[in-house]
Amino acid sequence: MRAFYGTELANPLMLGTAQYPSPAILAQAFQASEAAVATVSLRREGADGAGNAFWQMIRKLGVHVLPNTAGCHTVKEAVTTAHMAREFFETPWIKLELIGHTDSLQPDVFQLVEAAKILSDEGFQVFPYTTEDLIVGERLLDAGCKVLMPWGAPIGSGRGLNNTYALRAMRAEFPDTPLVVDAGIGLPSHAAQAMELGFDAVLLNTAVARAGDPVLMAQAMAGAVEAGRLAHTADPIEPRDMAEASTPVIGKAFLS
Amino acid sequence: MTDFRILGAGVAGLAVATELVARGARVDIVDPMEMPGKQSCSWWAGGMLAPFCEFENAEDTVLRLGQNAKAWWARHTQVTENGTLVVAPARDVPDLKRFARRTHGFDWVDGPGIAALEPDVPGFKTGLYFREEAHLDPRNALHDLFLALKRQGVSISATPARGPVGQVIDCRGFAARDVLTDLRGVKGEMLVIRAPDITLTRPVRLLHPRLPLYIVPRGDGVFMLGATMLETSDRKRITARSMLELLTAAYTLNPAFGEAEVLEIGVDVRPAFPDNLPKIRRIGSTVYANGLFRHGFLLAPSLAHGVAELVLNANITELVDEDHTERRTA
Repeated sequence: MRAFYGTELANPLMLGTAQYPSPAILAQAFQASEAAVATVSLRREGADGAGNAFWQMIRKLGVHVLPNTAGCHTVKEAVTTAHMAREFFETPWIKLELIGHTDSLQPDVFQLVEAAKILSDEGFQVFPYTTEDLIVGERLLDAGCKVLMPWGAPIGSGRGLNNTYALRAMRAEFPDTPLVVDAGIGLPSHAAQAMELGFDAVLLNTAVARAGDPVLMAQAMAGAVEAGRLAHTADPIEPRDMAEASTPVIGKAFLS
Repeated sequence: MTDFRILGAGVAGLAVATELVARGARVDIVDPMEMPGKQSCSWWAGGMLAPFCEFENAEDTVLRLGQNAKAWWARHTQVTENGTLVVAPARDVPDLKRFARRTHGFDWVDGPGIAALEPDVPGFKTGLYFREEAHLDPRNALHDLFLALKRQGVSISATPARGPVGQVIDCRGFAARDVLTDLRGVKGEMLVIRAPDITLTRPVRLLHPRLPLYIVPRGDGVFMLGATMLETSDRKRITARSMLELLTAAYTLNPAFGEAEVLEIGVDVRPAFPDNLPKIRRIGSTVYANGLFRHGFLLAPSLAHGVAELVLNANITELVDEDHTERRTA
């Protein structure tokens, strides 16, 4: 697996921490899935500072914490939120999310590149939530990002990978950059597909947190990313139009 | 001297006191304000007795114990048994289907069905009607418990009488975090608005991807609009975003809410344990009853029953958390 700013992850699953029925179930979902990274939103729950009981609970999970700038609509907001995150979580990691469209929560890629440049220059290790656009990807790398996180589908939509062609192209275009499918995953098959395409990790939240049994779904996702990772490593066959018998038939006696 | 001293006159403290007095115990209550009020988060509650709706995102304990609430409260205060209506805008109907899959106790209702139940919720085509649910006015309910206890000779004071003290039952909610280290605060924000032209006869919930937004009629054109859930114990004030979300929910239900007067803004934190379920713990000689989270009125009767069984009959019921020290170090 490609390293994320020098950090090798034990598991290609990144889980969000919002919307679970309770913190206890959240913790069980992490244990069951062995997810290596927890994303946390500072924007709304930040008001009581580092003593926040919820954050202390996240720290106790013993996984890498990836704070995000969820809900930010401007460069200024995102930069300020990133500063808070670095202070509270003592990590240079930041998932940079700049929302451009209210209904689709589509990233505003122009502001994203601008904020990524500012934060990278300040020493942050930026994980940008972006679209599958190759040129935007290049601009983000130029800005200092060493990870790209394209969406599979809009946040929380559970629609899976809307544009596998573009995600495959992205993998080919950036062979040395760790790539994460972030957002849009609804089912384990979606997560497996992302890994089969050669992505390095999958980040999801709603699909697990809002499942009827979040712990069970977390386990299912863990199995799926592992299956997809193994399949990619195993070099799968190419699809073809006609049957190819796995056992040769020439020379066999045919009886009708 | 009394048998029990209860700390806190919120819904937990008053329900525990009521249950103990009903079983013949002598109790007194210590509360800084000497009566129910803004010092307790139950003052700001919705007062929905909605175990089936809450079960959508809660453990089955909430569903099971929550069903005891309606009968218990009906013995002590006015309970309106009119069900709950849950609606979603057309674009969020998948969320309504998921909501329906996760719980039971409802009938699907279509546009005319919604109009028949609540004529002032226009424009919705799909909803769920939870016939068995009920609601009450939290402030009236707290006052009714308070007055009944006073009538039965229970003293409620900020500075209790000196002398020997009965067993202490700590129902201080979030303030007990000095002892209950795994208790956290979950911020809630609510509004009270007046819209005399609108009539609702039951709580109406609007499905929202993140928040369960609801509006509860309080009578005389007054409505309670709630409630946010934020993982923070900061309770200084409401944010503009929260107010926008709450008011947008009301406006979505009926644009005439745009003309409503805002009477009150409430902000407080709900005390919650990591599994969001209430617990009864014995630490030293004190019994702690806490962690009602967003289910104060729904689960206080069961919490009070559990405390009474523990302190009067040494009976360990399901909310009693005996192995808490073990679990905390595990």
